[in-house]
Amino acid sequence: MLLLKLLLRNAFRQRLRTVLTVLAITIAILAFGFLRTIIDAWYSGVEASSPARLVTRNAISLTTPLPLSYKDRIKRVRGVRTVSYGQWFGGIYISEKNFFPNFAVEPASYLELYPEYVIPEEQKKAFIKDRKACVVGRKVAEEFGWKIGDTIVLKGTIFPGEWEFVIRAIYRGLTPTTDETQVFFHWDYINEGLKRTFPLRADHVGFFLIGIDDPKRAAEIALEIDGLFKNSLAETLTETEKAFQMGFVAMTEAILITIKIVSIVLIIIILLIVSNTMAMNVRERLSEYATLKALGFHWIHLSLLIYGESIIITMTGAIFGIILTFPSAKIFVDAMGTLLPVFHITKETILLDILIALSVGISSGIAPSLKAINVPVQSALTRVG
Amino acid sequence: MQKGSIVEIRNLSKSYRRGSEIISVLKGINLTIGEGEFLAIMGPSGSGKSTLLNLIAGLDKPDEGSIIVAGIDITRLSENELARWRADHVGFIFQFYNLIPVLTAFENVELPLLLKGLSGPERYEHVMTALKIVNLTHRMNHYPKELSGGEQQRVAIARAVVTDPTIIVADEPTGDLDKTSAEDVLELMTRLNEEYGKTIIMVTHDPRAARRAKVIRHLDKGILDATAETPS
Repeated sequence: MLLLKLLLRNAFRQRLRTVLTVLAITIAILAFGFLRTIIDAWYSGVEASSPARLVTRNAISLTTPLPLSYKDRIKRVRGVRTVSYGQWFGGIYISEKNFFPNFAVEPASYLELYPEYVIPEEQKKAFIKDRKACVVGRKVAEEFGWKIGDTIVLKGTIFPGEWEFVIRAIYRGLTPTTDETQVFFHWDYINEGLKRTFPLRADHVGFFLIGIDDPKRAAEIALEIDGLFKNSLAETLTETEKAFQMGFVAMTEAILITIKIVSIVLIIIILLIVSNTMAMNVRERLSEYATLKALGFHWIHLSLLIYGESIIITMTGAIFGIILTFPSAKIFVDAMGTLLPVFHITKETILLDILIALSVGISSGIAPSLKAINVPVQSALTRVG
Repeated sequence: MQKGSIVEIRNLSKSYRRGSEIISVLKGINLTIGEGEFLAIMGPSGSGKSTLLNLIAGLDKPDEGSIIVAGIDITRLSENELARWRADHVGFIFQFYNLIPVLTAFENVELPLLLKGLSGPERYEHVMTALKIVNLTHRMNHYPKELSGGEQQRVAIARAVVTDPTIIVADEPTGDLDKTSAEDVLELMTRLNEEYGKTIIMVTHDPRAARRAKVIRHLDKGILDATAETPS
């Protein structure tokens, strides 16, 4: 108990130094947690993907459409349970800064494949029944103050014109990592419009979304689907939803690598700060450690005192950093609007913050504790003070 | 080991390396210290008296020779065994008191008892007894910076005796004190020797301090004078 008291008093002995060190760790842990959450947000689409869903797109590129007629052939493949389809619409709501993902989809089958979009049954029926209807995510509805029955107008970029939709349903995510910023509407509604304005583009889809019975057969089914359309005018590329989403992440990999490097630099900075503090603390107290050695205390006692002190300093900073991450994330999300659909501080991030602080605490105690353990007692005792 | 002796030193030599030069600090020291003795070792700076004290206290190891304290040849002990031995057998009084600044007088005195496996109430009893001996119970909750130099040295003496050690080693115990405080500390050490029968080995270059001892030995250039002086 007395040693614990000594450890705690030592940790806060040089108050200004300790407070500045704790502050630096707090900021570094806050920044690390933040960057880590940004990376998580980047991968949210990948994380939310299901192994029981495949995506089939044109083998040339994602922007090249596929004939709708492929649907029936895909459905006949053994192991395929549901086939839905859709198209990235890319509509703009009032101005470009109001970004949110919006898709034209086949409503019933699409919602069947995405049970994580939770919609009250009445609203779901109303959405499926009305061809001009749309379903909007909770966050995007809150962002623009939309409610059921409101009419919204999207300006088409890929599909020219102004498109009116009536909000018939608002979905919420089944888990905190489900994207609640998307808007879906009837593919048929868009297709009817195309038949009138651009008939050649009608009856084509951007992707097929396929529900399969057994995720273990995903690769086999994907090969079989692509085999159906080999040497056709529109060859397909089928992959798991996860691989499909990873393709998007890969496009921005350079940014992610930069964020990861900055995260590592932050850890190195914390390590240097705490190491410097501990080195100064121990150097100033060498005669005290020598006294303890003279009195018969072992190297284990000295190590416990020094490691304990550095861990207390780092963990204090880490706790403040972790606590501050939550309100900071809230402020950040509010400022970003719907640009980052999922910005959720995960348990893994908090655990990583704690592990990093603990590792830094231990690492920064190594050199000072070796110095204290190896200090020649007789020479240290002659130091004044 | 001679009857009645607590420390026996035979053919003790110690040298240090300074760069490429080897400096011989102690040369073939032979010394016997009796139980309950108050020995002062005097000598000029660099004579090797502190080195001799460190060797007796198990803080350093000799190049040659043996040091037998209460029947144990401490030159044969490992570092860990020496640490344990010091905790059990040696009480230290340093020139600069060497108290831990963030611990109170009570806590400083309690420190060596942590290695004894005593319960909280037992430790309290021991600490209070030691503080009573040095007449500082009223200052037990004060931190070293709130105490005078003399009081700090008395806390250090309480810390030295709290474990009831076999020997007490004191390295210039009055070197950092004014005359009055030095007298108080020396009086206390005399009491420890005379009333409590403690064996004290003190290194000093202060003749006034040395006169408090029962025996004075002179050390010069690493060689101990053959004759022992008995202060009148």
